[in-house]
Amino acid sequence: MTNKQPVGTSKKNWLRENWLRVLTHVGAWLPGMWLAWNWFHNNLGADPVTTLNNVTGRAAMVLLLLCLAATPLYIVTGWRQGLAVRRALGLYAFAYAALHFANFIVLDYGLDLQFILDDGIQTKPYILVGLTALLALSALAITSTKGWQKRLRRQWTRLHALIYPAGVLVMLHFFWQAKAAEKIEPLLYAALLGLLLLVRVTPLRKAIVGRRQRGKTPKRSTIAAPEPAALTTPPQPTE
Amino acid sequence: MNQRKPLSHETMLFTMNRRQFLVRAVPIAAGALLLAACSPDAAPTAPQAVSARPTLTPIPSGASDAPAALVNGLPPALAHAEPYASVNTDELGDALNTFEQITTYNNYYEFSTDKEGPAKLAQNFQTTPWNVEVSGLVNKPRTFSLAELYTLFKHDEYIYRLRCVEAWSEVIPWAGFHLGALLKMVEPQPQAKFVKFTSVLRKDQMPNQNLPILSWPYVEGLRVDEALNNLTILATGMYGKPLTNQQGAPVRLVVPWKYGFKSIKAIVKIELTDQMPVSAWTDAAPDEYGFYANVNPAVNHPRWSQATERRIGQTGRRRTLPFNGYEDQVASLYNGLDLRENY
Repeated sequence: MTNKQPVGTSKKNWLRENWLRVLTHVGAWLPGMWLAWNWFHNNLGADPVTTLNNVTGRAAMVLLLLCLAATPLYIVTGWRQGLAVRRALGLYAFAYAALHFANFIVLDYGLDLQFILDDGIQTKPYILVGLTALLALSALAITSTKGWQKRLRRQWTRLHALIYPAGVLVMLHFFWQAKAAEKIEPLLYAALLGLLLLVRVTPLRKAIVGRRQRGKTPKRSTIAAPEPAALTTPPQPTE
Repeated sequence: MNQRKPLSHETMLFTMNRRQFLVRAVPIAAGALLLAACSPDAAPTAPQAVSARPTLTPIPSGASDAPAALVNGLPPALAHAEPYASVNTDELGDALNTFEQITTYNNYYEFSTDKEGPAKLAQNFQTTPWNVEVSGLVNKPRTFSLAELYTLFKHDEYIYRLRCVEAWSEVIPWAGFHLGALLKMVEPQPQAKFVKFTSVLRKDQMPNQNLPILSWPYVEGLRVDEALNNLTILATGMYGKPLTNQQGAPVRLVVPWKYGFKSIKAIVKIELTDQMPVSAWTDAAPDEYGFYANVNPAVNHPRWSQATERRIGQTGRRRTLPFNGYEDQVASLYNGLDLRENY
């Protein structure tokens, strides 16, 4: 969005402008490539279905957290480049969530609708929680294009605030299915999400931004750079 | 309903990979090898190791129960050089899981809460020397060394389904002996109603025993009549070889009609008692794991269904059978017991 300014032709310049994009795309493809490679080499362990489930689920969750980390990073440090990769991160998170779901219905349950309904959904409430999060992410993925952004205007921002409840549902999904002995990991992720959401709360955000700007000489764009209306900003009455 | 079958081998996405093919081919090769390697000793006793389905018919007590001579310090049923099973399927016609699947996918929380962890972390676990103390309400308490277990009790192959409470399952060719044979030797007293099993406590070799995951050492229990049932074995081997460390070497319980967590590993103590023992998992989550833990598709775990299960190495699911398919042999143990209450 903000990256369309004329770029120097030298490669070095290009990389300086785009290193985060490159890192995002390469990093986001890694878990998928790892799974594909090991799938074809018969190397996903004795229970490949569970490995697929765990890797796709974790990848979706981590990408979602990274997506939600861009704005807090901006608030706390003033670093803006992260904002430009939010859409990509969100779309990758959705892609892994979709793979996670596909693994559940195709490989785990063999597309047996009765098994899925009776056994998969009825007795595992956390499946419904995950499914709800996936539906929310689907709506965000479909409307992630510039066209939809224009068509929906203010509603777009409101719609994309769905990423917050979706994140909470993802954490609930992960926590609920874990055994008592394995609750620590989901709790850590949930705590991280809590922190990322907390920083956005208006009074806190203003306090942090104010503190940061007071300690700084007005060297570059300190005019509280209007956050690009996107996935992460709640509707602002001033805009 | 009962016709519903898991995806057939032809349609499975993970059909017959290289390893599965190898293991299918192994019994033939290993059988030939066995004949060549140890025919002088093994010939008279060979039928015991190879007899089809020794698991399902009560073994008549008598001369045939006498243990066989050891081969390289091991009972013939554990003395195979390569993974060996006498048959390719269980009595329901489902393929055995491969040696590699069985030894790389283990729930053994003393080492790791990951399935793959125990195979790596149990490598340096010491199983020699090993003693099993049998005590409590018995007339002849006794401590058995592993060598005594090998020589005193007739070892056989037992092809059993293992159904984990987490809704996955495997078909495993165990080797071992009837727990009942051991119990009869120590002569339980009439007031003994339960058998309590205790795993080894060894914090320096079992890293997770330093963490409060469960109350260590792991404890399990059976009713005496369950312990005496002919399906109940103490396993010392699998696929014709001694147990790997990650499977609970050197001696573990196998109770095939109960969820896998009942089949306690690395046993050092067996006590007969008049008190119902509190299992490690019951202690940790009493509303999720009961004393009986019989495989029961009609009673769900609070967090998931027990109606279906996935066989390791396959995709899709199959219906879980009451008592894991051993209803005929064990359902009568529970006449008059509400299995929903006593989960």
